[in-house]
Amino acid sequence: MKLIDTLWKDAPLATRGEITPKLGFLLTVLLAMVWLIPFLWMVVATLRPASDGINAMAELMPSLKPTLDNVRDAWEIGDFPRYTLNTTIICTGILLVQFVTITLAGFAFARLDFAGKTVIFYLFLMQLMLVPVLLIVPNLSLVAQLGLYDTLAGVMMPFFASAFGTFLMRQAFEAIPTELEDAALIDGASLLQRIRHIYVPLSMPSFSAFAIISVTSHWNDFLWPLMVINSPDKRPLTVGLSVFTKTAEGTQAWGTIAAGTLMVIAPLLVTFLIFQKRFISSFVTSGIK
Amino acid sequence: MSLAEPAALPVATSAAPRLHVLKRFSNRFKASLPAYLLLLPSLVFLALFTYGAMGRVLVDALYQRATPKAPLRFVGLDNIASVLADPAFTGAVVNNLIYAVGTAVPSIALALLFALALARTHAVNSALRAALFLPVLIPMVAASALFLFIFLPNVGLLDYYIGRLLPVLPNWLGDPDIALYAIMIITIWKNAGYYMLFFLAGLQAVPEDVMEAAHLDGAGPYQRLRHIILPELKPTFLFVTVIAILNAVTQVDHVFVMTQGGPSNSTNLVLFYIYQQAVEHYDIGKASAATLLTLAALMGLTALSFRTMANREGGS
Repeated sequence: MKLIDTLWKDAPLATRGEITPKLGFLLTVLLAMVWLIPFLWMVVATLRPASDGINAMAELMPSLKPTLDNVRDAWEIGDFPRYTLNTTIICTGILLVQFVTITLAGFAFARLDFAGKTVIFYLFLMQLMLVPVLLIVPNLSLVAQLGLYDTLAGVMMPFFASAFGTFLMRQAFEAIPTELEDAALIDGASLLQRIRHIYVPLSMPSFSAFAIISVTSHWNDFLWPLMVINSPDKRPLTVGLSVFTKTAEGTQAWGTIAAGTLMVIAPLLVTFLIFQKRFISSFVTSGIK
Repeated sequence: MSLAEPAALPVATSAAPRLHVLKRFSNRFKASLPAYLLLLPSLVFLALFTYGAMGRVLVDALYQRATPKAPLRFVGLDNIASVLADPAFTGAVVNNLIYAVGTAVPSIALALLFALALARTHAVNSALRAALFLPVLIPMVAASALFLFIFLPNVGLLDYYIGRLLPVLPNWLGDPDIALYAIMIITIWKNAGYYMLFFLAGLQAVPEDVMEAAHLDGAGPYQRLRHIILPELKPTFLFVTVIAILNAVTQVDHVFVMTQGGPSNSTNLVLFYIYQQAVEHYDIGKASAATLLTLAALMGLTALSFRTMANREGGS
């Protein structure tokens, strides 16, 4: 109770004696612990030696003889370095092209006046409404027609234009004072020079917010790469993990599955724990994605 | 148009009243050209993968092949009729409705609880928020791999700790009556932390002075929640509900990894049905018809999200 009192020390005086908020808080603490159990199990199971037997597999108390055997097995069975490389290529490729497309389009909407602006604006907005995941069937046949079936480029392509990113950049660019641009205009800077040297450097927080959303969502994409990719050596992490899980499930190698899962999610979790604040604020913006 | 805009200058000087309409149009176009060039890269990809794809779904839904090798022939609305008559599709729609309600309601309720409990920022609350947010970050496939073991009969985590209290151990993923609910638990676990963020943001908009006045008037926690906080959070509720329903249709990777729609189609959801038609049965006509029906249903819903969004933008 002492601890709870210290947590409530900055609450309004009138509410400090209330019980309900404290019960709600305790319930949340309890649920937060439940929320962490799958992660806890993953780590404990990864370090548990196979000699503990299948019946001890669910035990959340760590084994007294921790081992890295499971990590080694997972590393050997699944081609995780290759999967990681593929996922990295996909995420980087998408992000780099998106940076170009959303910067240019965002600038056009923020600063230029042109015929049909409203119509084109709605064309972009429509993309937000037409949940892209649902268009897997027509997009798969298009990718096949373009000769990009079973290529990483085929996985990336549908995401090259981003309405969400365009609107994010438009908002960022609109906040930049026009006086800065006017000064550059007098110095004879071209349109692209002004974008490159004035607008882009001043909009870094928006770029990083967009990068976080783009990378996490494509890092986690599963269905689309599952459909486009056929060769085992082109699988991204998610597809690789699902195949790996199927194989290891057959042999009841749960420690190995835990180790494989840990390897897949570790990069994201570590990055999150370092840049926690940025992640959270970016995800709030992503609501309109 | 103000003179301060450099792009507007040539138009303003040359647009004499007697100027030919065509000439004016071409001038306007010339002035707009830089903007079009900047928009071109985005528009090409939107045209290919959003609008082209929409058109393709519409067309593909009207054609059918008798066998995978046979030539395409026009069948009109037959594909739509056969999808609607397919018990697997109607079953998937019913499952998806149960799944949508059964995941949206609990995860939103939990998200609200979390946000209310963790609204004030200090180290302890930040740590708790991070813990609740962790599942949002990981791929659904990774969550599925973990929950495969959690739901494993007899030796799995759930049976090991909770199952001991029950006389008969349920087969979480193997029993057609339970499997869909097991799948829902994963979704709730994964999404509640995401929705919590929106409620946390929404709570910041609750006016401080109104809350203070309520304290002074002696309003209890329920009264404050009911009469001040909930009305203030109304736009957030709408918005999060729309996202939760969209997720219930699109975020179904765990069905692929854990159940493949089984046992006996009890976890078959609409997107998995579309995938099955396209990839397993090579029936593009039927897959497109099912896509079309789903898109139509979601368009109605997203029109609503559109309005919500407009309200949000207007408010900020």
